[in-house]
Amino acid sequence: MKKEDKHKSEVINLNAVKKYYYMGDNVVKAVDGINLRVKKGDFIAVMGPSGSGKSTVMNLIGNLDVPTHGDIYLGGENTSYFSESDLAELRGKRVGFIFQQFNLIPNLTVKENVMLPMDFQGVSKQEREEIARELLSKVGLGDRIDFYPNQLSGGQQQRVAIARSLANDPDVILADEPTGNLDTKTGEKVISFLKALNKEGKTVIIVTHDLYVAKHAKVIYWLKDGKVEKKTRKRK
Amino acid sequence: MVNYFLFSFKNLKKRGIRSWLTLLGIFIGITTVIALITLGSGLKAAVNAQFGVSSTQVITVQAGGLAYGAPGSVVVTPLTKQDAEAIEKLSSVNIAIPRNIESGKLEYNDIVAFGYAVSIIEGREKEIYKLLDVETEKGSLLRSGDRGKVMLGYNLMKEETNPFGKEIVPGKKVLVNEQKFEVVGILERQGSFILDNVVWMLDSDLNDLFDYGDDVGLIAVEVKDKDLMDKAKEDIEKLLRKRRDVKVGEEDFEVSTPEAALEQVNSVLNAIQIFIVIIASISILVGAIGIINTMTTSVLERKKEIGTMKAIGARNKHIFFFFFVESGLMGLVGGMIGIIIGTAMGFAGISALNSFLGSTTTPDIDVVLIFFALLGSFIVGAAAGIIPAMRAAKQNPVEALRG
Repeated sequence: MKKEDKHKSEVINLNAVKKYYYMGDNVVKAVDGINLRVKKGDFIAVMGPSGSGKSTVMNLIGNLDVPTHGDIYLGGENTSYFSESDLAELRGKRVGFIFQQFNLIPNLTVKENVMLPMDFQGVSKQEREEIARELLSKVGLGDRIDFYPNQLSGGQQQRVAIARSLANDPDVILADEPTGNLDTKTGEKVISFLKALNKEGKTVIIVTHDLYVAKHAKVIYWLKDGKVEKKTRKRK
Repeated sequence: MVNYFLFSFKNLKKRGIRSWLTLLGIFIGITTVIALITLGSGLKAAVNAQFGVSSTQVITVQAGGLAYGAPGSVVVTPLTKQDAEAIEKLSSVNIAIPRNIESGKLEYNDIVAFGYAVSIIEGREKEIYKLLDVETEKGSLLRSGDRGKVMLGYNLMKEETNPFGKEIVPGKKVLVNEQKFEVVGILERQGSFILDNVVWMLDSDLNDLFDYGDDVGLIAVEVKDKDLMDKAKEDIEKLLRKRRDVKVGEEDFEVSTPEAALEQVNSVLNAIQIFIVIIASISILVGAIGIINTMTTSVLERKKEIGTMKAIGARNKHIFFFFFVESGLMGLVGGMIGIIIGTAMGFAGISALNSFLGSTTTPDIDVVLIFFALLGSFIVGAAAGIIPAMRAAKQNPVEALRG
C-alpha cells in the first residue's frame, strides 16, 4: 500500500534512462542517463538546443519509445515489459499529446478528432459525443465542432489538439513545441490554456527550445548531450 | 467499438482520381460477371423459346446426319409420308405429322423477299395447331379446303419487322413463287425467329409449288407421355433403321429430342461463360493488385496520421482495421459500380437479343447474385488490403510521427 501511495502522486518517473542507438561500431547516445520525476500538478519544461536529446526524452516520457537502459514508470506502472500495443492503450489513457504541427486527422471533423482517443478506449458513443462537445466549448470552439481541420486557423487547430489531449482525462499533458508553428500572440493564447489546465490540477510537460515558452513552467530541465545539465525552479 | 466504416468512408471520399482508377479491374471484372450471368440466363431462355421447349413432348425426325448440315453437301434419302404413318403406329407415339419446309420467294407491295413456307396436312390441322401451340393474332386459322390461302408468322405482318415496307392484314393477297395466295390469318407471336417469319399453307398447295411428292422434310412426333421420350426415340430409330435398311451407328437420319438440341446449345453457351469468367477473374486479380498498390502508397502517405493515432492510444489492431476496412470498401465501391453497369449491359443485351430473335425474354435482377457480387468484391478488396494494413499496424510510432 505504501508503495502505491508513493506512486500515486508520481505521474511519471524516468529512472536512469538511457537511449542508445547502435550504428555499426558507433554508439549514438541520444539520452544518456536521465532521472526525471514528475508529480501530480507539476508544470515542467524540458529545454535544450536541437541535438540535445530533447525529442527522444519527450518520446520516452510519452512512452512512444522504449529505453535501452533504465525504467520508465507511468502512473506507477513499469512500462519496460509492455508490448507496443499495450503501451498504446496505456498512453492513450494516461498521456495527452500536443504536437508542434497539431497532427489532427484531416479527414475527420473537429468533433470526431476529439472523440478519436475515446474510441480507442472503448468509450460509448453517447459519452464520447458529450465529452467532445464539453471539451471543445472549453477551448472556445463549441461553434466549430463540425468543421474540418483545414477550415480552421493554426491557433484554432492547436486548441482542438488541446481538447483532444484531454479526451481521456489523462494524468499528464505532454506538449512538443506547442507554439512552434504559431505566431507569438496565438502562441501565448495556447500557453495560457496550458497554464489554466495546470491550475485545474493537470500535470503539464512542455518540450521546447524556446525560453520564452519554458519560462511559464514551474521547473525547467536543461538538457545537453543527452543529459540533464541543470534543473531550475521558478521563484514564487 | 471504433467506427471503422465511418472513418474509412470519409477517407475514401477524399481520395483522388488516381485511387479510383485502380478500381477499374474490380469494376470490369464484376461488370463482366454480372452482364454475362444476366445475359446468359436471358440467352438460355431465348434459345429455349427458339426450340419451343414448351412442347417438350415433341420429337423431330429428319433425314441426313446433323440437322444443321449444309444443304446439298450429302445426298440423302428423304423421309416419306409412309415413314410418318409407320411411326404413328408405334405404341409410344401419339401422333406423327409429316411436315415440309421449303424456301421460296414471297412478294408483297412489289417487293420480293426470300423466306420459308411450311405445310399443313389437310385433315390434321387441328392436331398440328395443338402440337405447335399455334393461335391467330388476327383473322382465322387455315382449315381443310382452304386452298389458295396462307397464314403468316407474326413478324411478316408488321411493317417494322417485315421486308415489304407495308403492313399485311388478313384479306390481302401475297405472291409465293409467283402464285397468288390470300392471307387468312396472322399467327400470334411465338418468340421464335423461324416460326415468326414463316408462311403456312396447305400441303397440297405447297406440293404444287415445289413438287416433293411423298417426300417429307421432317416428321414431328408427339410422344404419348413425357416419360416415354427416350423409349419413343429408341422405337423410332429401330423402326427407321429397318425401313431404311441401315445398321446401328450408320443412321442416315436423326431423331432429336428438344433436350438433346438444347444440351448442345447450352454446352456452347457454357463454354463461352467459362471463358468469360476466366477473363473476369484475371481482371479482378489485376484490380486486387491495384488495390494493394494504392493501399501501400496510402500507408506511406498517411504515416504521420498512423503515428498520431498510435500516440493517442490506437492499438495495432485499430490501425490494421482502419486500412483493412478501407481497402474492403474500395473493393465494394468497385463492385457496386460493376453491378450497376453490368446489369445495365445485361438488360441492353437482352433487349437487343429480343429485337434480333423476336423473343420476349424479360431479364430479371438476381438479388442473390448481387449480394454475392457485393460480398465478393468487399472480400477481394479486404484481402488485398491485408498486407498494407499489417504494414501500417506495425509502424514504429516514433518513426511514423516523423512522417
